[in-house]
Amino acid sequence: MSLRSSHQFSTSPTLKPGLADPIFDAQSVFRAALSANAYPGRRVSIDRALDAPQPLATSTAMLCLSLMDLETPVWLDRQTAAGDVPQWLRFHCGAPLVERAVGARFAIITDTGALPHLNEFYAGEIQYPDRSATLIVQVPSLTEGPTSVWTGPGIRDSASVRISGLPSWFWSDWDVNADHYPLGIDVFFTSGNALVGLPRTIKVEA
Amino acid sequence: MSTNSNNEQSGHNEGYNFAYLDEQTKRMIRRSLLKALSIPGYQVPFGSREMPLPYGWGTGGIQVTASVIGPKDRLKVIDQGADDTTNAVSIRRFFQMVADVATTEKVLEASIIQTRHRIPETPLNEGQIIVYQVPTPDPLSKIDPRESETRKMHAYAEYGVMQLTLYEDIARFGHIAKTYDYPVLVNGRHLMSPSPIPKFDNPKMQDNPAIQLYGAGREKRIYAIPPYTTVKSLDFDDHPFSMQSWSGCCSLCGSTTSYLDEVITDDSGGRIFVCSDTDYCNDRQAQLLCDEHSEVQT
Repeated sequence: MSLRSSHQFSTSPTLKPGLADPIFDAQSVFRAALSANAYPGRRVSIDRALDAPQPLATSTAMLCLSLMDLETPVWLDRQTAAGDVPQWLRFHCGAPLVERAVGARFAIITDTGALPHLNEFYAGEIQYPDRSATLIVQVPSLTEGPTSVWTGPGIRDSASVRISGLPSWFWSDWDVNADHYPLGIDVFFTSGNALVGLPRTIKVEA
Repeated sequence: MSTNSNNEQSGHNEGYNFAYLDEQTKRMIRRSLLKALSIPGYQVPFGSREMPLPYGWGTGGIQVTASVIGPKDRLKVIDQGADDTTNAVSIRRFFQMVADVATTEKVLEASIIQTRHRIPETPLNEGQIIVYQVPTPDPLSKIDPRESETRKMHAYAEYGVMQLTLYEDIARFGHIAKTYDYPVLVNGRHLMSPSPIPKFDNPKMQDNPAIQLYGAGREKRIYAIPPYTTVKSLDFDDHPFSMQSWSGCCSLCGSTTSYLDEVITDDSGGRIFVCSDTDYCNDRQAQLLCDEHSEVQT
């Protein structure tokens, strides 16, 4: 089932399509996300094409279409919410969009300059730490930012990772997030057609 | 109810979605798997579905495999180490039917290995996924069957009571008597059941380069161990964890380092020991034949 354009959406005559192959694209993207989360710090590419709505990168949009649905409230930052993304998400995923970051299971951030502090997102409950938010943070580059050294489960010794565009306070916020383990948020950094996973177990020296 | 009565013997059965589960269910399980990897050893509740086989036959593992598998994968299924036992054969046929996926008996050729109660002897590689079928995901449930209580114990890492049951073994038998489903502490935080693998296999979970996923269908829990993660079998300083050992070797391949099954051969008490991992044993037998052959030639 694919809808190229839809006339009943008067505000956006050009609703961007969803996954070309909903079953196998979603499977392939999920496997990329699984690898990224299992081997944090490694850049994992998605070898599927998608005409993503502005301002989403291919990998950001692919993660949305593969993981979100009516069970996952989604929060969008201002830049993401301004364009066609809300309508696109509602149409293809059926995901409810929430106003407050704390109510979201997924958060999409494309303007890292305006990234809220990490404690504004839901970190789960002590008996159910799995209910915490997953952040999808779209950055300019996964390989050309300042070097940070990651250690933890999924990394053999240590990994040196170069995420760009993060606010200066990000890694000190991340230390606080790691201190609350097993509570905590998890992050996917996306750029272009690639992603890097940062689960809450990872300690980062920036 | 099946609307497609004349199922083909091979090839993807068009009457079902790819890999049997619907996409909404797969997404729910996939989200659970990602959270499970983020909290190693923590049991994530999930909406386990009714599967076309009874609980206890690997419904949890099958749902995990079905959510992970794609057309490029090559699947290996083992039951107690063997590729040719009932559970392994039926699960492999299930995925051939609903996902038309390639299968193998070789550990190193497989991208996904679904297992009941063993970890293969051949070490796994990065990128491989091993899916365990789990009957009882919570190691504390035998101590307190109320989930309301065990969930608190996990929340606050109150695991003294588990240590106590091991100590009771020492007091009664002089050693820790648990030989399978031996509890482990994952990433120094969560107590986890490794599923009923023999404790012989416990050290293989530590720092394994592969992704380890666990599915319990009846109990509706998913958990995971990421690669390169510490997995410590519980023990005491004066009673350290120890593995089973055998005085003999495998009667077929001569291995002295693999997990051996005892097989009764006659009515007068005759018995032999053979590897439980059939792929490993077959490889070694082939290698032995090869070596003998080249010795004869030289």
